[in-house]
Amino acid sequence: MMDAVEILFTASFWVAAIRIASPLIFATLGELICERAGVLNLGIEGIMTAGAFAGWFTVYMGGDLWTGVLVAALVGMAFGLLHSFLTVPLGLSQHVVGIGVTLLATSLTYYVYRLALPEVTSPPKIEPFQPWPVPGLSKLPVVGEALFTQTPLTYLAFVLVIVVAWGLYRTPLGLAVRAVGENPGAVEAQGISVTAVRMGAVMAGSALMAIGGAFLTMSAFNSFFFNMINGRGWVCIALVVFGSWRPGKALLGAILFAAFDAYQIRLQQLSGGVVPYQVFLMLPYALSILALIVVARRATYPKALMVPYQKGER
Amino acid sequence: MDAQSSPPPALRLSDITKRFGSLTANDAISFELGQGEVIALLGENGAGKTTLMNILFGHYVADEGSVEVFGKPLPPGDPKAALAAGVGMVHQHFTLADNMSVIDNIALGTQPLLRLKLDRSAARAKIDRLAQDFGLAVKADALVADLSVGERQRVEILKALYRDARVLILDEPTAVLTPTETEALFKTLKLLVAKGLSVIFISHKLNEVMMASDRVLVLRAGKLSGERRTAETNRHELAALMVGHEVTPPVVAKVERGALLYELKGVSTARRAHGTALKDIELALHGGEITGVAGVSGNGQAALAGLLAGMEAPVSGTVWIKDAAVTAWSPLAALNAGIARVPEDRHRQGAIADMSVSENVIAERYRDRRFSRAGLVDWTAARAFAQSIIDDYEVKCPSPEARIRLLSGGNMQKLILGRALDPNPSVILANQPSRGLDVGAVAYVHSRLLEARSRGAAVLLISEDLEELLALSDRIVVISAGRLSKPSARGELSISQIGAMMAGHEAA
Repeated sequence: MMDAVEILFTASFWVAAIRIASPLIFATLGELICERAGVLNLGIEGIMTAGAFAGWFTVYMGGDLWTGVLVAALVGMAFGLLHSFLTVPLGLSQHVVGIGVTLLATSLTYYVYRLALPEVTSPPKIEPFQPWPVPGLSKLPVVGEALFTQTPLTYLAFVLVIVVAWGLYRTPLGLAVRAVGENPGAVEAQGISVTAVRMGAVMAGSALMAIGGAFLTMSAFNSFFFNMINGRGWVCIALVVFGSWRPGKALLGAILFAAFDAYQIRLQQLSGGVVPYQVFLMLPYALSILALIVVARRATYPKALMVPYQKGER
Repeated sequence: MDAQSSPPPALRLSDITKRFGSLTANDAISFELGQGEVIALLGENGAGKTTLMNILFGHYVADEGSVEVFGKPLPPGDPKAALAAGVGMVHQHFTLADNMSVIDNIALGTQPLLRLKLDRSAARAKIDRLAQDFGLAVKADALVADLSVGERQRVEILKALYRDARVLILDEPTAVLTPTETEALFKTLKLLVAKGLSVIFISHKLNEVMMASDRVLVLRAGKLSGERRTAETNRHELAALMVGHEVTPPVVAKVERGALLYELKGVSTARRAHGTALKDIELALHGGEITGVAGVSGNGQAALAGLLAGMEAPVSGTVWIKDAAVTAWSPLAALNAGIARVPEDRHRQGAIADMSVSENVIAERYRDRRFSRAGLVDWTAARAFAQSIIDDYEVKCPSPEARIRLLSGGNMQKLILGRALDPNPSVILANQPSRGLDVGAVAYVHSRLLEARSRGAAVLLISEDLEELLALSDRIVVISAGRLSKPSARGELSISQIGAMMAGHEAA
């Protein structure tokens, strides 16, 4: 039993936790931006799948790693455009459109994969992002190794938390995004286009989701295989609520979930097959639900979340 | 100030026409607003006032006609252009984001969107200066959700002033205010005009129009039906212009006070997330008497109405019906006790929009022998009942089979009233019975309530319209923060005394 506690004090555990958290951070920030603008984006799972494939495939075809990230973001934006066109100017149900986008993006990705690589049996590999210890900082005791021996994409995720938080709370654009999720009528009355702000937010958010997906194929692993997103998108939807629609809290949520996940993998190894391993797989989800109940019971939703806005309608 | 004295008028509307389907909401309306002038736009609900102002501000595009601001044409359908031209609008339903601060609400859209930093300190300085200049005190860092309605309206006005509005449009600005807040608003308007702004305010309240405007434009059924200098007209003339014929106040006959029919003794209700709970209420309703409840919306009226309707049960205290204390209270118990209900929101609580008139009229009583046999609805009886209400109450309605959604507000209200008054109920809850109705329908509703009173029913009339309360009620109680004042006979209290009590002050 002592071993189970000792895990928490090993640097490798925290390195893994931060790595597992990285794609969640990207995608949670993306979902958070969409929801702050009043649009629930259930296309997240599919957009992450598409991003994972697009980034990896770009590199596989000879592109450079950062080009892969860029292509993933553009693919995400394209799906964001589709989602927001249906939900914002047309005002269709955000649930139905979101699930539709997830199904479409996922199956389209698998289809393109099969078209491009009809012959392969085992997924081809690429040379992914390598850990890049930050000079100086990585030598710090405890946190140094966990935080500063990661890949560049993980650093980007952390930087983006600050950028998104600053953007939402300190810039005029962020003000418009938050206001459009609270009361689109107020935004319209101040002479800003509700449609433009909402569509822009969904596209930007979808780009981040796709980068989150690309992290898996280009940093955590080195190839693309089916079902690799494996519900991470849905976890991010919960993390947004857990974080009360605030980037900083969402970051904590992502790390917490990732820590549970990293922990259960290590527990599986310890238990030696006495307990069915599915119990451990379940652990992070069960604990997340528990945390959600404790933390997010009094969360205040953006008031206009999931409410379509039609100009000139009363 | 005279309109001719300053060359380009602040606003010129020429032949504005707007149609929604077959309805012509605005029919060739033209007028000018002089600089430094206050115009009141008077008209009944549905006369087209709000539509006209929404065209002006760019929320709608007019089918015909044009708008000029200070001599320059205003491109249609673009609120941004209206703001840039110096037109500010205070909407009836505030356009504020509740979970954001006052400063953020005001600064929204005033700085280039792609700037890297929102300049809150500059915004704060300007807000403070404007607040000082115009007597519009607000807490700049407070969340809008924490502000009172009067404060929110000040934020709306500041939003317009912050953008250097030269013309201010206020849509029904007093609808949600207490009399005291209304006075403060009119003081602010005077100050605005003194600083050179021009103002249009929309209202259907004659006393306010007389009090605060230089000129009155009257709209009726989408057309400009009259234009008067306020100093040269009176309330009667304006009312006639507004309705199209002379309006006579309801005649209140003398009726003997009857037996005690319903009583609340020390009743409190449960706290809810929305709405105010009642605290230790005493209220006695007698036959042949209309008891009016005055108060600013949200002070416990919903709980009081819920209590009568059986939607709300007391957590302490007792409900008495005639001389028996009620033990189990529910909507069904209230119905069985003979309490008729005219709910506040006829669309949401009074009717099921997509069901037919016959289905709606038996909604409360489909269990009765009269409308059901062996568990089957007797549709012949239901249709006959619907038809009898349609005939008796002069409801304009194609057939008992029509969906109730298709009826106008006034006709829907007549049906609900007919349904409620059918078996001569002993107690009648009339919650905002005339809200949103035109003057003709209001007179009809009033006469029916007075008839019920003559028959010996006890009526509880909850209304935000003080004139209605004073015209109909035998006794008036004031509700404030969930507490009920002692009843006072009609004429005992002046409007300003009632206003003070509505604002939470004890009777002077």
